[in-house]
Amino acid sequence: MTGFPDTRVLGRDVPRKEDPALIRGRGRFVDDIHLPGMLHAAFVRSPHAHAAITAIDTAAARAMPGVRAVFTLKDLAPHLTDTRLVVAMPSPAYRLELHRPVLAHSEVVHVGEAVAMVVADDPYRAEDAAAAVDVQYDPLPAIADCVAALRPGAPTAHAGAASNLVAEMVVEYGAVEAAFAGAALRIQKRLLVHRGGSHSMECRGLVAVPDPIEDRLTVWNSTQMPHACKRMLCDLLDLRETQVRVVTPDVGGGFGPKLVIYPEEVAVPLAARLCNRPVKWIEDRREHFVSTTQERDQAWDVELATDADGRILGVRGVLVHDHGAWTARGLNVPQGAVAAMPLAYLVPAFRMTIKVAATNKVPVTPIRGAGQPQGVFAMERLLDEAAAALGLTRDEIRRRNLVPAERMPYATPMRTRGGIAVTLDSGDYPLCQRMALDAADWTGFPARRGGGGAVRRGIGLSNYVECTGRGPFEHVSVRVEPSGRIVVATGAAAMGQSTATMLAQVVAEQLGADLGRVDVVTGDTAAAPIGLGGSNSRQAVLAGSSAHAAAVRVKAKVLEVAGELLEVSAQDLEIVDGMVRVLGVPGGGVSLGEVARAAAGQAGFVLPGTSGPALAASEEVVIDAMTYANGSCVAEVEVDTGTGAVRVVHLVFAHDCGRALHPRIVEGQLMGGIAHGIGNALYEFMAFDENAQPLTTTLAEYLLVTATEMPKVTILHHESPTPLNPLGIKGVGEAGVIPIGAAIASAVEDALRDYGVRIDRLPLSPVDVLALLDQSTVLPST
Amino acid sequence: MSAEPVRTVAFGVNGETREATIPVRRTLGDVLRHDFGLTGTHLGCEHGVCGACTVLLDGRAVRACLMLAVQAEGHEIRTVEGLADAAGALHPLQQAFCDHHGLQCGFCTPGMLTTLVEFLADCPDPTAAQVRVAISGNLCRCTGYESIVAAVLDAAARMRAA
Amino acid sequence: MKPPVFEYHRPASLTEAVDMLGGLENARLLAGGQSLMPMLAMRFAFPDHLIDLNRIPALAGIAEDGGTLRVGAMTRQRDLLDHPVVRARLPMLAEALEQVGHRQTRNRGTVGGSLCHLDPAAELVAVATALDAELEIAGPRGARTLPMAAFPLGFMTPALEPDELLTGLRFALPALPQGACFTEFARRHGDYAIVSAAAILWPRDGRIGRASITLGGVGPVPVRLEAAEAALAGQRADAESFAAAAACCGALDPMDDAQVPAWYRRRLAATLVRRALTTAWERADVR
Ligand SMILES: Cc1cc2nc3c(=O)[nH]c(=O)nc-3n(C[C@H](O)[C@H](O)[C@H](O)COP(=O)(O)OP(=O)(O)OC[C@H]3O[C@@H](n4cnc5c(N)ncnc54)[C@H](O)[C@@H]3O)c2cc1C
Ligand code: FES
Ligand code: FES
Repeated sequence: MTGFPDTRVLGRDVPRKEDPALIRGRGRFVDDIHLPGMLHAAFVRSPHAHAAITAIDTAAARAMPGVRAVFTLKDLAPHLTDTRLVVAMPSPAYRLELHRPVLAHSEVVHVGEAVAMVVADDPYRAEDAAAAVDVQYDPLPAIADCVAALRPGAPTAHAGAASNLVAEMVVEYGAVEAAFAGAALRIQKRLLVHRGGSHSMECRGLVAVPDPIEDRLTVWNSTQMPHACKRMLCDLLDLRETQVRVVTPDVGGGFGPKLVIYPEEVAVPLAARLCNRPVKWIEDRREHFVSTTQERDQAWDVELATDADGRILGVRGVLVHDHGAWTARGLNVPQGAVAAMPLAYLVPAFRMTIKVAATNKVPVTPIRGAGQPQGVFAMERLLDEAAAALGLTRDEIRRRNLVPAERMPYATPMRTRGGIAVTLDSGDYPLCQRMALDAADWTGFPARRGGGGAVRRGIGLSNYVECTGRGPFEHVSVRVEPSGRIVVATGAAAMGQSTATMLAQVVAEQLGADLGRVDVVTGDTAAAPIGLGGSNSRQAVLAGSSAHAAAVRVKAKVLEVAGELLEVSAQDLEIVDGMVRVLGVPGGGVSLGEVARAAAGQAGFVLPGTSGPALAASEEVVIDAMTYANGSCVAEVEVDTGTGAVRVVHLVFAHDCGRALHPRIVEGQLMGGIAHGIGNALYEFMAFDENAQPLTTTLAEYLLVTATEMPKVTILHHESPTPLNPLGIKGVGEAGVIPIGAAIASAVEDALRDYGVRIDRLPLSPVDVLALLDQSTVLPST
Repeated sequence: MSAEPVRTVAFGVNGETREATIPVRRTLGDVLRHDFGLTGTHLGCEHGVCGACTVLLDGRAVRACLMLAVQAEGHEIRTVEGLADAAGALHPLQQAFCDHHGLQCGFCTPGMLTTLVEFLADCPDPTAAQVRVAISGNLCRCTGYESIVAAVLDAAARMRAA
Repeated sequence: MKPPVFEYHRPASLTEAVDMLGGLENARLLAGGQSLMPMLAMRFAFPDHLIDLNRIPALAGIAEDGGTLRVGAMTRQRDLLDHPVVRARLPMLAEALEQVGHRQTRNRGTVGGSLCHLDPAAELVAVATALDAELEIAGPRGARTLPMAAFPLGFMTPALEPDELLTGLRFALPALPQGACFTEFARRHGDYAIVSAAAILWPRDGRIGRASITLGGVGPVPVRLEAAEAALAGQRADAESFAAAAACCGALDPMDDAQVPAWYRRRLAATLVRRALTTAWERADVR
C-alpha cells in the first residue's frame, strides 16, 4: 500500500478508539441500558405464513402476573397518524403497494409478523404473556417460491391482490438484439442464487424513554439509521423534531437489515408513551430469523453474446427476485444485482428485465453486498461457460473484456437507481486480476491438481466492481472546546466498522494528530441535525470527506486566532498535539484550549480573527457520483466426491479501494466480508418449506462460518485514489463478500471437470454436490 | 404453574461474593447482566450456539445462557470484567486483541476472551489450527477470525515469555 | 427465548433424586443442560419441576475397575475426553468425544445427558453402542443394568421408566489387539454428525478375524451393519473387502428430512464405512 505519504495519522494503523471500552466489557449496547421502572416488551408473532386474523383475545394475557399492558393495532391506532410504515424508496416501477402495518390486524403474510405486543415487568413474564394471547387465524394458501409466485393461478401473498408482481423494470442500453443476432457465440444459463440473513451477533433492540415533564421521547436503538428513525417517529406519533431524540449506542454489527425501519421501532416507543415508563425490547435470535429482513432467492435466466475471440457483445435476460411479503425498503437489491453484473467489463449492449415477486416470507432488503454478489455470480458463470465453449482459459477471456486502465475514468452507458451516470472513476482492473493470479500461482495449478482420487482439486477466478459511497452527503461537525478537546459529531452511524477511529484520524490529521484528544459522537440525532446513517459502504467516503473539509476549516481558524495571540503569521504556525506553535520550534506557543477560549469571545470585546466566533465548522460535502472499488478473487478448493464436501484451501483477494485510511481496519472489513462470502457460497441457507414455513430458525440449523472453516486467505492491495473526494478513498465495507461465491463456484466446477458438471446455484451444500455427481452422465477417469 | 418460584443464591463473581433473590428460571447470563450489572457478558442466541455468553465457571469456559443462575451457588464465576488485573492492566489476550484488530463491533469479544483464557491455560503453546478449534464454538460475524487467531498466538507467546 | 416457569430442586443424593423423580408430577432431570436448556429457552419443553443432578457427587467420576472403565452419568464429557485411560485404551471414545460440540459444551455437558437425550446423530450414542457399553440404571424398584444396544427404543426415547435415571456406564477395556476408528461427517467442526461410523477390526493371522461396524445418524437409533461384519470375517483387509462392506449401506433405510435426504445419508454411510475400516486396519497391530 502506498497510503498517505506525508501524513501523521491518516493511513496509519493507529489504536482504535472503540477498543478500550469494548475489550473490558464496558461497551454500551442497547441491552446494556438499564433504567429505573423500565418495562419489557414481547411480541406475539404469526405462526402462519398466510392467514386471516379472525379474532384476538388478550384478556388472559392481561390477567397474568407482571403484565402492564397488551396492545393490538386497534389499541395503537388512535395514537398513530398512519397505521402503516411507508418506507419504500421511490420508484415508478411498483405495481403493488406493500406498506407494512405497525401490527398486523386483519391478515398475516409471513411467519413471524408481529400481531400484538405485551408489556410486562420483566422479559420472562412478557414472553409468558405473549404465549397467552389468543389469536384466531383462518389459514390461507401461501406462496413460498418467487418463480412459482409469478405463474398464472399462483396463490397471492396478499389476499385480494391482483398478482404477486410487486414491480417490473428493465435496465437497458445499446443495441441488444443486433448484438445477439450477429454473435459468434451465445451462452444461456439459468442460475439460482440464495443469500440468507445478516446475523449480526447482536440482534435488534431498542429502549424508549418518555419524558412526561417536557413531553419528549428518547430512543436508544440498535439501528444504522437514527435520523430516519426519528423522522418516522415524528411522522407517526405526530411529534415535533425537538421532542424526539434517537441515539445509536454501540451496535453489535449491522450488515444491512438495521437500516430498515421496523414495526417494533414504532410500537415500542408508542408503548413507552402510553405506559409512561421506559420500555425495552430486545429481539431474540429466533425472532431475528423470522422478523429481521433477509436477502434470499434470485432466479437468473441470462444470456451472453461474444464474438469469435470471446469479446462481449451483449448480455440480456430476466431476473426474478424474491421480495418477501412487504416493501421494507425498496427495489434496491435486484437493482444492485443487475447493476453489478456488467460493471467490470466492456459490455456494449445490455438488457435485463427485473421481476420482483411477493412471497409469504420475511421482507427482503440489502445484506452486506446488496445484490452485487448475485450479479457478479451471474456474469462470472457466463464468462466461464463462454471460455470453455471458445477454448479460452478463464483468465484470458476476462483479460480480453475487463475495462482497461487507460480508459479510466470510463463513462459506462449505465445510470444508478437515482438516475446518476455510472462512471468508473479509477482503477486498474487487469492489474488486480494479474496480482490475484500470480499470488495464487494460477499457472502452477496443473501440477497441484493431482490425480483422480476421491478428493478433487480445482481453482477458480472472479472479478467484481462495487459501487460504494452512496451520496449525496453526510453531516460532520468539528469543534475545539475550551478544554482543548476536539468534538466530532456526525449523522453517520457506527456498527462495528471503526467509524469513530476513522473520523478521529481524519480530523486529528489537521488538528494536531493527537487521537486521544478527539471525541467522536456518532448516531445521535441530538448531536447532528441531519444524517443518512450507515449503508452502501458510504461512511468513510461521505462522512470522511465532510470531516476532512470541516477540520481543514477549523484548522485555518485555529491558526488565524493563534497567530493573533502569538503575533506571528498564521502560515508560520503548526498544530502539534494540543499546542499551536511556531513551525519547527518545540516549546512555547499557545494551547488549543487557549485558542478556543479566545475564539469564544467576551462580551464587549472584539473577536480575534476575521471568521467569527468559536473554533467550529460543520460540513455536508455533497458527492453524488459513486466511487467504484474493484477486485479479483482466486479460490482453490478441494471437493470430496465421497461426501460432497467442499473445502476452500486458499483464497487470494486482490482489491483496490483507493487510499486506505487505516490499513488494518481495511483488512478486517475485507476478512469479515470474505467469511460471509464463504458462508453464502457453502453454508448459509435460509430454508422454507413449500408452505413458506421457515425451517432453519436456530444458529445450529442456519450455519455461519466459524474459525475452523476459514481457509488461508491472502489479501493484496492496489491503490487508485478516486478523484471524487479529497481523501481519495472508496468504500470497503462490503467488498469482501462480493466475488467469493463466484470464485468458489468456478473452482468447484473446475475440480469436477472430469464429471462435466456445471455449478449454476449457490449455496452449494454437500447434498447438492453429490446430487450433481449423480446426475453427471460423464464417467470420471479415476 | 403461575406463582414464580424464587431462591436466594450467593456465588463469587470476579473475586467478590454476590447475592441475589431471583426467580429460579433466570439464566446465569441474565443475572450477571441485569441483576449484577455486569453487561460485558453478551447474549447472542440464548440457545447455546454463538458463544458470546461464555464465562469461566471455576476456571472452565461455559455458556452462561445454558445455566440457571441458581446452579452457580457456591461456585466462582469470572467474566470479561474480571480479566484485567487489580491495577486495571489488560490481560495479555485483551492487549493482543487490540493490537491485532481482533475485535470490530466487540459483541463476540467477551466470549472469545473467556474461552481463550481457559484454552491458553490448558494449551500454552498452541498451533493456529488448535486455536481455530478452541474458538469453533464462538461465532463472530465481523472479523473473519483471522485477526483473532493472530492475536491468540501473539498473546500465547507473550504469556510464555512472562 | 426465556425458560418457562418451573420449580427447581437440588437433591444431594441419588436416593433423594430417585424419590423426587418418583414423587413429582411432570419432572425433568437437569444434567449439563446443553440440550435441555435450549429446549426450555425455545419453549419446546414445559416441565413443572427441574431436578438438578449436579450436586450428587456419587454420580460423577471415572474409575478403572479390573477390566472395565466405570463412568458416572454426571461425568463431564471433557473429563472423560481428558482421562488417561480413555486416551490410552479407548482411543476411539476419545476420537468421538473430540467431535462432540465445543470446549464450552463439553465442559458442562455430561456423558449421561448425551445418552439419555439420545439424539440420533450424537457421537456418544454411536460410540457407546460400538463399544458395547453396559448402562447402570436406578429407580424406586432398585438398580438394574442394560446393554447399550437395548437402550434406545426409538427416536430420542431411552429405555427408562419415567421414574428411573441413568447412573453410569461401563466400558470393557479391550483385551485383544484391535484397530478402531470413529469418523463422522458434520457440516462444521463441532456440529452434530450427519452420519458417523465406528469401526473395530480384530486381526487374526494377517486377516480380519472379526469386525464391528456401527453407524450413527442413519436411523432413529444406531445401526449395526451386521451383514458387513459377517462378510468381513476371515477376509483380507484390502480396498476390495472394505468396498464390499461399504456397499452393504445400500440396504439402509435412513431418515429423510428437508435438508438431508435419505439417499445422501446412504451414500455418506458407505463413504464413512470404507474410510473407517481403512483407518481401523491401519491402526490394528497386525505384526
Ligand atoms: C452448540 C452445541 C453443540 C453441540 N454439539 C453436539 C454434538 O456435536 N454432538 C452431540 O452429541 N451433542 C452435541 N451437543 C449436545 C451436548 O452434547 C449435550 O451435552 C448432550 O446432548 C446432553 O447432555 P447434558 O448433560 O447437557 O444433558 P441435559 O441437557 O441436561 O439433558 C438432556 C436430556 O437428558 C435427560 N437426562 C440427563 N441426565 C439424565 C440421567 N442421568 N438420567 C436420565 N435422564 C437424564 C434430561 O432430562 C434431558 O431430557 C451440542 C450442544 C450445543 C449447545
Ligand atoms: S448466548 Fe449463550 S451461546 Fe449464544
Ligand atoms: S467483532 Fe463483531 S461479532 Fe465479532
